[in-house]
Amino acid sequence: MASSDVARQPDKAVRPLGLDGHVGFDSLPDQLVNKSICQGFCFNILCIGETGIGKSTLMDTLFNTNFENFESSHFEPQVKLRAQTYDLQESNVRLRLTVVNTVGFGDQMNKQESYQPVVDYIDRQFESYLQEELKIKRSLHNYHDSRVHACLYFISPSGHSLKSLDLVTMKKLDSKVNIIPVIAKADTISKSELHKFKIKIMSELVSNGVQIYQFPLDDETVAKVNTTMNGHLPFAVVGSTEEVSVGNKMVKARQYPWGVVQVENENHCDFVKLREMLICVNMEDLREQTHTRHYELYRRCKLEEMGFKDTDPECKPVSLQQTYEAKRQEFLVELQRREDEMRQMFVQRVKEKEGELKEAERDLQSRFEQLKRLHADEKASLEEKKRHLDDDQSSFSKRRAAAHLLQAQSLTVNGKKDKDRKNSGFM
Amino acid sequence: MFIYGPQQQKNLEGYVGFANLPNQVYRKSVKRGFEFTLMVVGESGLGKSTLINSLFLTDLYSTEYPGPSHRIKKTVEVEQSKVLVKEGGVHLLLTIVDTPGFGDAVDNSNCWQPVIDHIDSKFEDYLNAESRVNRRQMPDNRVHCCLYFIAPSGHGLKPLDIEFMKRLHEKVNIIPLIAKADTMTPEECQQFKKQIMKEIQEHKIKIYEFLETDDEEEMKMIRKIKDRLPLAVVGSNTIIEVNGKPVRGRQYPWGVAEVENGEHCDFTILRNMLIRTHMQDLKDVTNNVHYENYRSKKLAAVTYNGVDNNKNKGQLTKSPLAQMEEERRDHVAKMKKMEQEMEQVFEMKVKEKLQKLRDSEAELQRRHEQMKKNLEAQHKELEEKRRHLEEEKGSWEAQQRILEQQKLDASRTLEKNKKKKIF
Repeated sequence: MASSDVARQPDKAVRPLGLDGHVGFDSLPDQLVNKSICQGFCFNILCIGETGIGKSTLMDTLFNTNFENFESSHFEPQVKLRAQTYDLQESNVRLRLTVVNTVGFGDQMNKQESYQPVVDYIDRQFESYLQEELKIKRSLHNYHDSRVHACLYFISPSGHSLKSLDLVTMKKLDSKVNIIPVIAKADTISKSELHKFKIKIMSELVSNGVQIYQFPLDDETVAKVNTTMNGHLPFAVVGSTEEVSVGNKMVKARQYPWGVVQVENENHCDFVKLREMLICVNMEDLREQTHTRHYELYRRCKLEEMGFKDTDPECKPVSLQQTYEAKRQEFLVELQRREDEMRQMFVQRVKEKEGELKEAERDLQSRFEQLKRLHADEKASLEEKKRHLDDDQSSFSKRRAAAHLLQAQSLTVNGKKDKDRKNSGFM
Repeated sequence: MFIYGPQQQKNLEGYVGFANLPNQVYRKSVKRGFEFTLMVVGESGLGKSTLINSLFLTDLYSTEYPGPSHRIKKTVEVEQSKVLVKEGGVHLLLTIVDTPGFGDAVDNSNCWQPVIDHIDSKFEDYLNAESRVNRRQMPDNRVHCCLYFIAPSGHGLKPLDIEFMKRLHEKVNIIPLIAKADTMTPEECQQFKKQIMKEIQEHKIKIYEFLETDDEEEMKMIRKIKDRLPLAVVGSNTIIEVNGKPVRGRQYPWGVAEVENGEHCDFTILRNMLIRTHMQDLKDVTNNVHYENYRSKKLAAVTYNGVDNNKNKGQLTKSPLAQMEEERRDHVAKMKKMEQEMEQVFEMKVKEKLQKLRDSEAELQRRHEQMKKNLEAQHKELEEKRRHLEEEKGSWEAQQRILEQQKLDASRTLEKNKKKKIF
């Protein structure tokens, strides 16, 4: 593009400037928030845990509602994932919540492949987003984000340690999703056992290099509460949608002969802590981490797999256009090559076949020649025989003719003699 | 807004807590800080720098950092000034892009080109940053808003104004302003505004549109703004006392034109709209509309390099790689077809040739048979003749022998007789 002189000065250093009055851009966060409220929010939770461990109940309790729940059997041949989306509203905030549950996790005899469907599901959502992002005409701001923002891993309340399935699964997932381990059915563990259990779990996670989600400490307003909560991990939870009367209130609880376990009582379990951390304080951070860390990692790996690089072999930065153009060149060259190969192959075949046919023709020709010679020979011999016969015939004819002549002559002579004799006899 | 199903609407009983999400978003955005790039375009002397200073209540352009307009320029240039301002805990990285020399030359054709180039180069930077394999936090240096200053002639838009806006309305949010509004009376101003809006509509120029909301209050305000477009502004660097209050204004012998007085000019409306209510929307429209436009054009050009551009628009919904994948599949199908065709032709030719060979062979065979028959016949004939001859010969020879015998006998008898006679 022809353009007039554009003197592009290097960006001057940013200088701070004081203001003489109230300009009003401190409303910017509000403007942003208002837009988000208008658009609505979106959050996706994945729950992994054995059948019957209480995943659905916990979700119901957390979100204070009754999600459609299917009771699953223990006889699923493979781990499957079931996702359901709900539109929730609290005061003026609309949330599109997707709950993904594993079905049949931990039920198979051979659990080696159990984690794979989960990994595949998470990757599929990343892939979906990546594809949208790479489109030529895209609409990212309208895109329904289905990427998994939080993964609640339900640990069996054995009281001892993590199962190897737990470790294997969490290790496979920790670089793909924010993992929040929870101890399920915590009302079956006593307080002292629970304390030991939590320590054991955390140390096992550390020693196996599993990176679980840490509540962020970079924001001063929530750093303190997050630090405290980080120390209570993993949360021991109890879920219940049934209400029991305690004192003069109806509370969510589980009624046992020996007492009532109150879900929202922080002495009884960590449910409130989980709700606080997962929803009230860090939901936005979970979404941000998913986008800036887990998704970026997936994207980077995928692009590198496809052969994209940021710098060319000479370590000069390569722009997107250059990369696409180079790829396109490569692609066109390959197409051409394939086409040429195919033509070549055909030419080859034609040549071969022509050779074969020519060979066959030559054969035929030589046979033809041979037969001709044979015929000629035979004809010649026949001719010879004929000549022979003719010779014989003519010599025989000559003999006969000669003999005849002789006979005729002798007859004549004899006749004379006879005549003479006859004549003489008369004397 | 949401078009997907199947989802169900749930009413929550009891406290869940995600109503706190907006606060979380608020917190994070404050922590991140904000950026905004504002471009001012207009001829020299229209009061652009003064307006910026008035808008942001600061001395962006001062004696220390004189505005580019104070320098004498021969050609149109694009200059950036970056400042960091804080207010109420909110950090804003403000970039002001100035275009000194715009419209000042005698021949102003193409004076918009450096502006277009600047905007495009920012889009390109962002596109490259966004497309890297290793992405980091991307600074947003794209131009979010362009204030276009119209000289207060009172008549209408100049050809340069129209030309500029037509070329840039699909690249940036244009907010046209009538500069130095204190040179017109309210009636003149009203007339001028009507004329300008008419011309803008005639030329199908898309200036920045305030989005309609569901909020009644907001809608009322927006309709008010729309009635007063384009905004007529006055800027000032000086503070004057009016009725005991310090105000920004311009002192004339006949009075003070107050910048922030709604009856004197539309400055307050501009400031409120630009900064207090629609700053985020300007950024969003730049990101979702203008940038996406640029990006899709750029990528389509790369993908369809040299390919006929009459292809249906549906193809733009893929990424360039998916596009190549599809082209590859098409090519494979095409090659398969070609291969089949070539194969067919090949087979046919071979068949023809083989048939010819077979025919030749059959012909050869036939002639050979015929010749053989012929020869055999001749042979037989010869044999017949030979036998005949032998027979003839045999019988004649036998006859001859008899004759000979007879002759011999006769001659013997004669001899005998002769002997007898002699006696």
